[in-house]
Amino acid sequence: MKSLRHPWIDRLMATNAWVVYAFFYLPILVLVVFSFNASARVGIWGGVSPRWYGEVLGNAEVLDALKNSLIVSGISTIVSTIIGTAAALAIDRYRFRGRRGLDGMLYLPIIIPDVTMAVMMLLFFARVFDIVELVGPRWQLGVTTIVISHVAFNIAFVAVVVRARLGQIDKSLEEAARDLYAGAWQTFRRVTLPLIMPGVLGGALLALTLSLDDVVVTSFVAGPGSTTLPIYVFGLIRRGVSPQINAISSLMLIASIALVGLSLLLQRNPQDAILPDERLKET
Amino acid sequence: MTKAAVELSGVTKHFGEVVALKGIDLAIADGEFFSLLGPSGCGKTTTLRLIAGFEFPTSGSIQIHGKEMALEPPDARPINTVFQSYALFPHMNVERNVGFGLQMKKVNSNEIATRVGRALDMVQLSHRANAKPDQLSGGMQQRVALARALVNEPEVLLLDEPLGALDLKLRQQMQIELKELQERVGITFIYVTHDQEEALTMSDRIGVMDKGELLQVGTPKEIYESPTSRFVADFIGDISLLAVSVVSPTEVRLSGGGNVPADTSNAGDGSHWLALRPESLHLVSAAADVPDGMVRIPGKVRHRVYYGDSYFYDVETTAGSLDVRQENRPGLPTFDAGTELMVWWNPAAGSLVTA
Ligand SMILES: Nc1ncnc2c1ncn2[C@@H]1O[C@H](COP(=O)(O)OP(=O)(O)OP(=O)(O)O)[C@@H](O)[C@H]1O
Ligand SMILES: [Mg+2]
Repeated sequence: MKSLRHPWIDRLMATNAWVVYAFFYLPILVLVVFSFNASARVGIWGGVSPRWYGEVLGNAEVLDALKNSLIVSGISTIVSTIIGTAAALAIDRYRFRGRRGLDGMLYLPIIIPDVTMAVMMLLFFARVFDIVELVGPRWQLGVTTIVISHVAFNIAFVAVVVRARLGQIDKSLEEAARDLYAGAWQTFRRVTLPLIMPGVLGGALLALTLSLDDVVVTSFVAGPGSTTLPIYVFGLIRRGVSPQINAISSLMLIASIALVGLSLLLQRNPQDAILPDERLKET
Repeated sequence: MTKAAVELSGVTKHFGEVVALKGIDLAIADGEFFSLLGPSGCGKTTTLRLIAGFEFPTSGSIQIHGKEMALEPPDARPINTVFQSYALFPHMNVERNVGFGLQMKKVNSNEIATRVGRALDMVQLSHRANAKPDQLSGGMQQRVALARALVNEPEVLLLDEPLGALDLKLRQQMQIELKELQERVGITFIYVTHDQEEALTMSDRIGVMDKGELLQVGTPKEIYESPTSRFVADFIGDISLLAVSVVSPTEVRLSGGGNVPADTSNAGDGSHWLALRPESLHLVSAAADVPDGMVRIPGKVRHRVYYGDSYFYDVETTAGSLDVRQENRPGLPTFDAGTELMVWWNPAAGSLVTA
């Protein structure tokens, strides 16, 4: 088909697209390529080698940080997904005093800066520690405080994603379930939950990604021995760029891509897979 | 006396400031096809939702087969609903949609399979048992919704404009199917519609609603031929309304002068009109042609419209304007615009309505 626009506009737009993509993907390409650099000197190419991956996987500190990251992100994702989904359901479905206020406040953790959130959490824990100490046991910063902080900021993200999904659901579906003798719990389990599941999973994956990535909040509330992977990388880089960082970052990149891919796969509507002509056949 | 399938007494419903229902009294018999008819916002859906249990009345009682159920949740009522949007579960196939109610009632799986199979046969959808709702046409989805409700053998089936989303042809076909089905299974149907023709052709009885009130309940014939209020007369079909005043139990005075016979025994307080259907009015060129005992007034043709099977006249008289439908039959005279003539009707054909 002949374009109605001037050919040079088409060419300009095409070039623009390429520039944008290059802007995103060249650094990634550089990172991945240099993670296979055999030379220990950053910026000098010494041939292809999986050497740094071997070193990373043999590095106890890295493995320890990875373990912490998995624990923190795993627990905080599960907890924040449950609480966030419950909050979304409550705000969407029930009319109670203070509902509107709660609705607005839900977005606060999303818009306040990470640093503010971090300071808030730290001050909060300081108070809590004082109170706990009165009762007896000593409690200090560590994996638990990181998990609590991550839950605190993730709830909002989960709730927002689930609410978006809830908004798309026809309320008469739940009434239909009640009409067909399902009690409140059966209605939730067999109709509401399956229908909001893509939203719940989407929210959970978002929470997982945010938790795995977080540096600012975590660095405030982490204690000795509770270093997560991003904090470890951040520490390393302050001592100069090491080829190990390239390998770790490449691995994290692959994990992120896998998570995003998974989330897209889960959110895909199975009905969309049906070919249109299949649908038309019967009508 | 057998208990009514559904009986509403003094049912009101307020939504905050909005008064959706202002005191509904209604008894629907077992096995009846009952339609609720009325303009948008009159409270039809609200009435149905109260019977289903999706809303609770502000005051009043709702009995189902003699049992008070006004405050019971929907899953405790022997009633099923066909929703206007069908509300089929999008994540379940046709079979699982239809079997949902039985599954919730913990019927054993063999029996579920048999009954679902039978229900799908009944609506001729056995070959689509594994399809997801969005793979079906509108008419098929409608039939799935029907099967999903009927498979539970409810005592009462509620239908909220179930054909509203279908195109005209499918709609007419489904009207016939629905009526046949109801006669076959003998379940009480409470059917909400704002389509008067649908209500007239399908129902055993019709309740006409306006602004949260039930104005008249009766057979289609009663509603059409003997409306009691101006609103009902005007809402159903084409009708001419002549302002009149009651002068005696058998006579009214037309606004242009002259008394005509009419049954005024049911006249309530307020202003009165004589309601006349276009098909019960007749036109002749001279007073001598009017049969004995008929009411007659002189008039003048303002417009004439040709409808193929009939002519439609707008006739101006001293009492007001009248819409007249005359069959297009060889031998019957036709009248041009401007012609002076006589309009006549049988006194029994006019209904006195109040507003
Ligand atoms: N949940 C609600 N909250 C507030 N007002 C409501 C609610 N449901 C119904 N109403 C009001 O009650 C009145 C009756 O509504 P209803 O839905 O019963 O009308 P309807 O006869 O079914 O109309 P339609 O033909 O448009 O479906 C309307 O004024 C409507 O705005
Ligand atoms: Mg309605």
